[in-house]
Order: sequence, then structure tokens, then C-alpha cells
Amino acid sequence: MDRIMNALAALLTALVVPGAALLASLALFGAFVALVGVNPLEVYELMYRGAFGSWFSWQNTLTRAAPLILTALCTALPAQLGLVIIGGEGALVLGGLAAAATGVALDGAPVALVMGAMGLAGMAAGAALIGGVGALRHRRGVNETISSLLLTYIAIAVMNHMVEGPLKDPASLNKPSTAPLAEAYQIGPLPGMDVHWGLVLGVLCAVAAWVLMSRTVFGFAARMVGGNPRAARMAGLPVGRLLIVTTALAGAAAGLAGMVEVAAVHGRANAALVAGYGSTGVLVAFLARQNPLAVIPVAILFGGIGASGGLLQRRLGLPDASVLVFQGIIFVVLLASEAMQGRVRLFAPAPILPAAAKEA
Amino acid sequence: MGNALRFSRRSVLKTMTAVGGLGALGAGMPWTSALAKDLVIGFIYVGPRDDYGYNQAHAEGAAAVKAMPGVKVLEEEKVPETVDVEKTMESMINLDGASLLFPTSFGYFDPHMLKEAKKHSDLTFLHCGGLWTPGKHPANTGSYFGYIDEAQYLSGIVAAYSSKTKKLGFIAAKPIPQVLRNINSFTLGARSVDPTITTAVIFTGDWSMPVKEAEAANSLIDQGADVVTCHVDSPKVIVETAEKRGVFCTGYHASQATLAPKGYLTGAEWNWAKVYTDYVKMAQGGVKIPNLVRGGLKEGIIKTSPYGAAVSDAARKHADSVKATFMDGSFVIYKGPIKDNKGNSVIAAGKEHGQTDIALESMNWLVEGVVGSLA
Repeated sequence: MDRIMNALAALLTALVVPGAALLASLALFGAFVALVGVNPLEVYELMYRGAFGSWFSWQNTLTRAAPLILTALCTALPAQLGLVIIGGEGALVLGGLAAAATGVALDGAPVALVMGAMGLAGMAAGAALIGGVGALRHRRGVNETISSLLLTYIAIAVMNHMVEGPLKDPASLNKPSTAPLAEAYQIGPLPGMDVHWGLVLGVLCAVAAWVLMSRTVFGFAARMVGGNPRAARMAGLPVGRLLIVTTALAGAAAGLAGMVEVAAVHGRANAALVAGYGSTGVLVAFLARQNPLAVIPVAILFGGIGASGGLLQRRLGLPDASVLVFQGIIFVVLLASEAMQGRVRLFAPAPILPAAAKEA
Repeated sequence: MGNALRFSRRSVLKTMTAVGGLGALGAGMPWTSALAKDLVIGFIYVGPRDDYGYNQAHAEGAAAVKAMPGVKVLEEEKVPETVDVEKTMESMINLDGASLLFPTSFGYFDPHMLKEAKKHSDLTFLHCGGLWTPGKHPANTGSYFGYIDEAQYLSGIVAAYSSKTKKLGFIAAKPIPQVLRNINSFTLGARSVDPTITTAVIFTGDWSMPVKEAEAANSLIDQGADVVTCHVDSPKVIVETAEKRGVFCTGYHASQATLAPKGYLTGAEWNWAKVYTDYVKMAQGGVKIPNLVRGGLKEGIIKTSPYGAAVSDAARKHADSVKATFMDGSFVIYKGPIKDNKGNSVIAAGKEHGQTDIALESMNWLVEGVVGSLA
């Protein structure tokens, strides 16, 4: 019984600190908007209404959250091994490009086959990019943060080159793009909703990532590498393989996000794929404390912030940057609150005594 | 079990405050919506609306609409060309009651605006870019665009008079037909004054790359260009760099005169205020809105920035006389013989392409006198 209560208390504590940080950020943001002469209460009300206030707003929020779950996994998975990877944008862009090229090349084939092939192509492209980052780290000791950032620029340049050159649809004059996917190969909305299937894919991937990392031997080994790579190597763990496989999986998640963007939103690959989902994903992963399950609610929170940003602009005339300010405040406050984690003890754990001691 | 949970008083207080805060969130204040008879119009921009460029030009048009009676204007900036713009349009419709929408970025059209137009067939969607095709696109959509290369031609004339090195510089985003047409018209304008003039062009690869744009401007000036101009979303850094380096510049999209009081010669500007107020008058008057609106200087869709102090009288006179022929519709920029910069003939002698000629919209060459290549 005590054990369960303790676990519950630990979970509550884990939720209370970020929750309090979020409220503190809201208060700071309120002070910030008050400085520019806007009523903070009105801002809060509009943010709530724009993000979660109605069924329409919920759908808006969830649609925006869908790609963020997948790109956040691109950072959260390698983080279990102690790697900081920020190249989700590049993996998304390459994944989208590969998926579009595959979908166009297989035009006419059965829908299930083309969809599967597009998904695999997108994941393979993302996996190759971020797996490459892992390999560079393992074999050459290249800093994975820098290489993933720089490879993102290369990935975007490759995408631009392909859609403006070899893969260009001659009809796309002023916005160079690949040829459009046939209608049949596009991902539709979830039944009864205006949210596409990418959300379900994202949630499934996040759950799978969590199971992999906390409930399997592979995940245990990966977290051991994250805790102390040297000790892991001494214990005979295949550190290199763990590293490359995990980074490849991470890249595959972001690559899948690219495939979903192409198949559900754009219907083709072009420069619009570079929309910042990868960089917001990094933020989401950090705020979720790299926990694949926590990525889901945090992505929804960020989707909500994005969804409410428009309302702030339209109703109050605040600039778009105000949303960025809010995101920045949340980020800083949450990171600072990490220091509080474990210090603020809301619920004192009950000492768990051996049965013999209790009787005494 | 009794001592398993021990609440500290402080933590309880903290929690209570937090819950109280949540309550306040829900309460808020009611939003008073626009009067039912007001026409609610939404403008969507891809970048910041004070960018001294593409988006500011549209925002200036929206400001003109705002001053009209019986309208309520909604604006949203920095909306990416993704599902975001679809959701922005839907929010404007569902939460704010918009019935006329202006998604102003080229990339908003297909698939985003078309998707929303099919969903809301009773509302009007008008897009900047000129892609509307009868039979292919829904009847409740339309597009508008202007022949801004006419103003670039005039800028070229003024640049030619001001240049001492006879080298002009052009910083461009992407080698797409719209951009190439501006480079070519600017160069043709300059070479109509002095056929020895050349225009060096640098493509930055994307619409908003401030660092690359500044580097490109510096590099062109280092190569001897003493008038620079551009076709990027925000000419701000280019104009500022030119002013700092003490060379002339001509503007694009909106007026950047205040950024370069010494070197700003003139500029090619959109006059969206006219286009938008015309549309709104039609919508208010119940007149059917045309699906395709096009025009240049003559139709008032394009304007030129007032001449800067550095522009000579001869340049003013020459540019004004050509402008008059644009205004009466008699001037043709693309009149053969025209060669590209590799020596191939692209428009044969005696052949003319008027501004409305669709052939000009798939332009894939740089005119003789341009230093640069497409790939």
C-alpha cells in the first residue's frame, strides 16, 4: 500500500512542479502583455478559447500537435542515451521529400502499397540522416548536436535542389514542387473530425517509444548508456549499436512526420515543409523531460499555444512574436523549475520498513 | 497509512492559489463581436506585417480597408504555408465570422485555400498571385496580381542615369518566372538608357534570408555595382547595406525610402490599397466579384516610389515620359529582337509580348546584359 502511495506521490510531485512552472509562466506573460497595455485576463481568456474553448479549437490544437509529437521523439529518444539531437527539421524535410518522390513514382499502384511505401521511404530517409549523426558520433566522435544542426541545413538544401531541379513538376512555375500525389494516396481526416491520421500515428509512436525505452531490455541498455557510457561498455553492452539504432529510430519518427505532412497536408513536397516543426519539437522534448509519453500532452499544449496565437493577433492586435515570447518564458521557467524537482517535497514518502521492523 | 501523505501548509496554499487562477481563466470577459451588418474581412500574411516589403505592402492595403465604413478587419501575420493557414482561415470564419478572406502569400493557394474554399462555398476567398483558372478552380475563389515589372523597368531607367560604374546589382530569391521577369525588365530599362550597362544577379535561394541578402549586397558592391535592387520578401537589409556602403538603391514591394534617405532613388511598389478597397466596395454593394484581377501602372495596381533627392532631372524626365506611355497602355517591354545572356534569340524581331501575354509567365531566361545564370 505504502509503495503505491509513494509512487502516486512521486507522480503527483512530477506533475505539480511543471504545472506550477506553467502557471508562473502564464503570470509572467500576463505581466509582459500588461506592459504593452493589454489586459492579461483578456489574454488568458482568449488563449483558452482559441486552444481548448470549443470543439473547433480542440481540433485546431490537435492538428497542430500531430507533427510535434513525432519531431519531439526525434530529440527524446536519443536523449535516453544522453545525446542532444536537434536535427528533427532536417529529418522531417528529407522524409517528406522521399515520401513524395515514392508516391509519385508508384502512381497507379494499389493504395495500401503506395501508402506503406511512402511511410517506409519517409522513415528510411529520416533514419539515414539522424542515424548518420549517431554513427558520426560513435565512430568519429563528432558532436551530435552540431552535426544534426548542420545536417539540417544540408537536408533543406537537398530538398530545395530536388524540387527545383530533378523532381520539379514543370507546372509548378512560381512555387517549385514535386508533382502532386494522386488524391487516392492522400491521408484523410479521422472519422468525425477535422484532424488527420497523423495524430494517431504520433500517439502510437510515442507509446511505442515509451514501451521500448522503459519496458524492454533494449531500452534498459540504452538508458544505462545514457547514465554512464563507460560503465555500460565495461558491462559489455554494444554501445555503438544502441547508439546508431536509437538515433535511426529517432530520425524515422521525424521522417514519418514529413511523410504525414506530404500525404495529409501538402499533397506534394516543396519548401513549405520547412515550417519549424523540427525546432518546436526540440522544445517539446525538453519540456517533456525527454519522456516519450509526456511528449503527447506537451505537444498538445504547444499546439494549443499555436492555435491561440492567431486569436491574440486578431482580437488584441498583439504581434505574432508574443506567442514566441510566451514559448520562451515557458521554456526558461520550466528549465529553471527543474532545479526545484526533488527539493520541493509536497508529499513526504512513507518509510518502507521490512515486515520484521514493523512488528518490533 | 495515516502518515503516508503529509501536506505542508505552504503547498496547500500554493495549490489553492493555482486552482483559483484556473477559475479566473474560465471567467474572463465576454468578447463583443462585430455588429452583424459589418463585413468581416481577414488578411493573412506569411511574414511580419512591418517587414518593409511584401507583407507590409499588403498590410498597407488592409489599413486602407480598415478606414472604410461598415467593415471589420482581422489580421494575422507570420502564418506558415502549412495546415496553419488552413486553421487560420477556419478560425477567422468560425470564431470571428469572416466572410471575405485574403490569404496573401503565393503558397497559400494550392492546396490550402482551395481546400477551405470547397468547405465554405458561401464565402469568398481572394488570393494574391494570379493563379485562378476558370473551370479548374472554385467559383467562390479568385486571384489578383500586378505587372510590377513595369515599375522595375522605370527603376532601371533611373538606375542607369545614377550609375557611374555602369554596373547594377540585383539580389533575387529564386530563379522563378516572376522574379526573372523583374530582373529582365529592370535590365531592359537600364539598357534602354545605356546599352553598355550590366546587371549582376545573385540568387539567395529563399524569400527571407537577411544574412545572405546582406552578404550578397556587399559582394555586389565590392564587384563595382553602384545601384542595387532586389526581389526578396523584405528589402530592408539590402537597402540599409547599400546606404551604409554609400551606393544607390531602388526599392521593391513597399517604400524603403526612410531606410536610405541619401541613396534611395525610386522603387517598384504594390498599390494594394486600391485593389482591396475596390473589392470591398464590390462586396458591400453586392456586385459580383471578378475571379481574376490583373493590371499594372495603368490600372493603379502598381505605383512607383517618389524620386529621391539624388535623382537627376534628366532621369526624372526620361522615366516620367516612359511612365506616361505605360499609363496610356502603349508601351511594350518585351518587344523583339531580344537575346538572352547566352546569345540565343528569345523574342524574334518584330514580335511583341504585351503585359497580359501568358507566355511571359513561364519566363526561364535572363536577358542580354545580365551577369548570372539560372542554375
